[in-house]
Amino acid sequence: MSQASTGNRLSGPLHDVAGEAGHEHHPPRMGFFTDTSVCIGCKACEVACKEWNAVPEDGLSLSGMSYDNTVSLGASTWRHVAFIEQIGHGPPATEPFAADGAPAETAEPANPGDIRWLMSSDVCKHCTHAACLDVCPTGSLFRTEFGTVVVQDDICNGCGYCVPACPYGVIDIRPGDGRAFKCTLCYDRLGAGLEPACAKACPTQSIQFGELDELRERAADRVEALHAAGRPEARLYGESPDDGVGGDGAFFLLLDEPEVYGLPPDPVVTTRDLGAMWRHAAAAAGTMVVAVGAAFLTSRGRRR
Amino acid sequence: MAEAHPVGFQWVMEAKKRGATVIHVDPRFTRTSALADVYVSLRAGSDIAFLGGLVNYVLENELDFREYVVAYTNAAAILREDYQGPDDLDGLFSGYDPDGRHYDSTTWQYEGADTPSPGSGEMTETEPAQGAGGDPSASRVGGAAGRAASYGDTHGSGGAAITGKPRRDETLQHPRCVYQVIKRHFARYTPEVVSQVCGVPEDQFLRVAREMTENSGRERTTALCYAVGWTHHSVGAQYIRTAAILQALLGNIGRPGGGILALRGHASIQGSTDIPTLFNLLPGYIPMPHANAHPDLESLVGDEEKQAGFWGNMRSYVVSLLKSWYGDAATADNDFCYGWLPRLTGNHGTYQTVADMADGKVKGYFLVGENPAVGSANAKMQRRGLASLDWLVVRDLVMIESATFWREAPEIETGEMRTEDIATEVFVLPAAAHTEKDGTFTNTQRLLQWHHKAVEPPDDARSDLWFYFHLGRRIREKLAGSTDERDAPLLNLTWDYPTDGPTADPSADAVLREINGTGPDGSALSAYTELKADGSTRSGCWIYCGVYADEANQAARRKPGQEQTWVAPEWGWAWPANRRMLYNRAAADRDGNPWSERKRYVWWDAKAGKWTGEDVPDFIPDRDPHYVPPESATGPDAIAGDDPFVMQTDGKAWLFAPQGVADGPLPTHYEPPESPVANPLYRQQQNPAREVYPRRDNLLHPSGAQPGSEVFPYVFTTYRVTEHHTAGGMSRTLPYLSELQPELFVEISPALADERKLQHLGWATVVTARTAIEARVLVTDRMRPLTVDGRTVHQVGIPWHWGPGGLSRGDAANDLVAVALDPNVHIQDKVGSCDIRPGRRPRGPALLEYVEEYRRRAGITELTGTEGVTP
Repeated sequence: MSQASTGNRLSGPLHDVAGEAGHEHHPPRMGFFTDTSVCIGCKACEVACKEWNAVPEDGLSLSGMSYDNTVSLGASTWRHVAFIEQIGHGPPATEPFAADGAPAETAEPANPGDIRWLMSSDVCKHCTHAACLDVCPTGSLFRTEFGTVVVQDDICNGCGYCVPACPYGVIDIRPGDGRAFKCTLCYDRLGAGLEPACAKACPTQSIQFGELDELRERAADRVEALHAAGRPEARLYGESPDDGVGGDGAFFLLLDEPEVYGLPPDPVVTTRDLGAMWRHAAAAAGTMVVAVGAAFLTSRGRRR
Repeated sequence: MAEAHPVGFQWVMEAKKRGATVIHVDPRFTRTSALADVYVSLRAGSDIAFLGGLVNYVLENELDFREYVVAYTNAAAILREDYQGPDDLDGLFSGYDPDGRHYDSTTWQYEGADTPSPGSGEMTETEPAQGAGGDPSASRVGGAAGRAASYGDTHGSGGAAITGKPRRDETLQHPRCVYQVIKRHFARYTPEVVSQVCGVPEDQFLRVAREMTENSGRERTTALCYAVGWTHHSVGAQYIRTAAILQALLGNIGRPGGGILALRGHASIQGSTDIPTLFNLLPGYIPMPHANAHPDLESLVGDEEKQAGFWGNMRSYVVSLLKSWYGDAATADNDFCYGWLPRLTGNHGTYQTVADMADGKVKGYFLVGENPAVGSANAKMQRRGLASLDWLVVRDLVMIESATFWREAPEIETGEMRTEDIATEVFVLPAAAHTEKDGTFTNTQRLLQWHHKAVEPPDDARSDLWFYFHLGRRIREKLAGSTDERDAPLLNLTWDYPTDGPTADPSADAVLREINGTGPDGSALSAYTELKADGSTRSGCWIYCGVYADEANQAARRKPGQEQTWVAPEWGWAWPANRRMLYNRAAADRDGNPWSERKRYVWWDAKAGKWTGEDVPDFIPDRDPHYVPPESATGPDAIAGDDPFVMQTDGKAWLFAPQGVADGPLPTHYEPPESPVANPLYRQQQNPAREVYPRRDNLLHPSGAQPGSEVFPYVFTTYRVTEHHTAGGMSRTLPYLSELQPELFVEISPALADERKLQHLGWATVVTARTAIEARVLVTDRMRPLTVDGRTVHQVGIPWHWGPGGLSRGDAANDLVAVALDPNVHIQDKVGSCDIRPGRRPRGPALLEYVEEYRRRAGITELTGTEGVTP
């Protein structure tokens, strides 16, 4: 990440992501703030997304993973609500008061039998440094004027380079189709001045859509409020421009470690070291040229 | 609530954000529990004990809002000397008739009140009992057209009528005043007993009690919200009664932030009771006349006119309704065509009708947006009923199981029915969805919201309005010119609505205007107080009068919230009179001043001499708070200045119900119709007034200590999950919803999984005496065993959305549920006892033998579990 300050455009903070992509007069960067602390797991986001974007149904199978039968993001799942059942995390079963109403000597610890049910709607992160876009050979993946990352299905040739490039495992090839698909942050709706379908459908404002800068402020306030309310476990994920992808365009408020939600704890844009790799490769090539040249000269010398 | 009403739950989240404490009480840990501050797991079917415990906590610690209670409830009213309760009678109330299985409410009255007792023979039974096999002990069962049912059914919404105001002791010290009676009654429900009955640890119960009482009173209010599963019990009406007693004691009724909020089970179910699809009501909760008791208009409305309160004007409402239906044909000389109204001859509720269908007594049936082959209790009996019809009309968006039972009912596989033997002619007539037609939804807040047609319905799909209008039009054309007297009610209906478009869809707007009503000059009325009994006004539903005030569709108003006051009176239209909160006179104290600044809502403006506030006052606009009516006054004139409950004949909230409840003046805990637990409180096991159908196709289990009870050792409860809608017609047919919950599952605790060797994601068979179903197993810590009365009770959770059709398929949970009903509203109990075993259920006729073996082991006969008084 130290390369960030050196002006590497493959990682680190980037103030004007759309401008860097060549959009001269562009709107502010738009994104999602998903506050999982108010998610009720209704899956309206999943359905609204599929309805609006005409994403096909992709399997009728009971997963056994709590109420999550969607399982993961994929070519035909652009919003995915995870359900995590945890034991021993619930709020205290008894209030920290003695029976007479006076504060108890010591507050009761959380009852180990208590359950916590975490719900979280996952989505493409629309990274500041999007490896999927960087590796796309056809230009199908592009950075929009809103700073989001969109794949154009009429250009995608299904090469699949983007799939392993994504540090979150978001983009994928649709079986039977061959092309890559993922969340567009409803590029068509944004162009018409509408919010994305998932945010529109979310009943509890768990999914908030807006200008990324403003969302970051809102998220910081929310974390502060939760901490003040005795929820020290609240934390942001993907919000920091200093992280491995230069900050996400879609970031989250979580109530546990990212791994619990199936999110990588420290994602790094897979093309971060592309420059260094090219430099190393160039150095290696140069070295080889020198070596070969030297060998050639040496052998000529020997022959002589 | 988050599970069944995710969109409405946003307001709970909003309240939580503003500092509200959210408490969730439910047998299983749901999405609501996940977001609640406090979660309490209780045994399914034990809610009266839990709520009763809260009532006892309030009374024992004198935490009631005393000024409110004295002024606005019947706490001070003095009861007769001969009333006895469950403590005196081992679980019964005085007045129980063991042969008739119903209560005579005479002993429940206020002292000295001259109260007509509807149980005393004014309704005569016109039909013998329809129980099985002519067993004499079944004389009051089989949902017979009994008085118990009929009298509850003829109250409309006004509740029971009592004449004269009771003697009161406002010190609440009189041993027979309601306050003291309920204090003694609920004293039984100590925290220990709550724990014993419900399986709720005492400290958890006490936390809820403290949270609720500390958050109620002059400065604060607490709301109770329930989804309709709360009512689906053989004591369902009494669940709500207990909640009402608690809220009235805490001063949480008629005040902002208070109330008991019923989250109705479908869009506009409220509307379908306002303008009813129920057998016992006319529009606006006017009781359906009874064949014997109400031969003429006078007999229907005469008694009401002598009462205090707004039901005193019932004649105006009924006459305006008749004028709306029969127009110029209705005159004072012909009793406004009252004689053409249909009549009750007894209980014609859905389960009675289905039993009659199965017995071949019903020939034709309309199913409109309902899928009973999946969605109604004892779905097996439902399908038998459908298969016994001559014809069936199904109006739905998709092909539902109730239209395809003749080829895909489980009974075809078992050999109980053969397609070639089923003579029912099924007409499936596709219906338009709400986006494909104009109309209103009425929500739980009585708020009418207009929806506009967005697209034309596809193909042959038509709106319900289209269907009924053109059906009526064609029938009338066929009958045109008939002089047969029986055709007159049809031929004289006002049936002339403008139609629109290529399909001639009738104008929903015109229908709304007709419902609103018109005055002598033909212009739209603006309030129900304008309705007249002389035939000069018309209104299709008196409570909706005003929805078309100023010749404008008030339900279509959509002024954004930020452009108006927080009560938002210009969003849609709420009945009655665009009033957003009922009984809001109670938001002010006896003198008419707000109880507190924080909770000010409606108050008396002494200078102007009228009631005013944030909402339309639910009171006579200029009635002084200190007004005392003369003894002789009736109707609205008899409402005193401190009688906020203007629809009650004594103007007070009834802590004790001297009349009108079929199964007791106070709620008390009974076990569900089937329970592995013996009632810990007294000998009486179940609600003695519940309605049972002792039939071969509706067998019940032994309960509690009865031999054979151990064959069905677990409690099951049915419920919805967010991903699906009711019986699945609108969700299991859609790929995007089906993939979210692709098949039926049952939820059990790890402990039960161990006990019965059930594997996560494996198959389980759930067995009752009705039948057995199979489902995939979800083992989850969200289900927990409870300690009830010293023993461990396991619960099995079963969502009821599935059936054999659609994309997402499974057995129907309602195949397990017995028909054993609340006597007030004829609703089933969704809780029962069961067994659960690993593996899939037997196929074909082997399934019948499998279930029969269970019946044999439990010694089940048609009479098992149908006793009134527990032997």
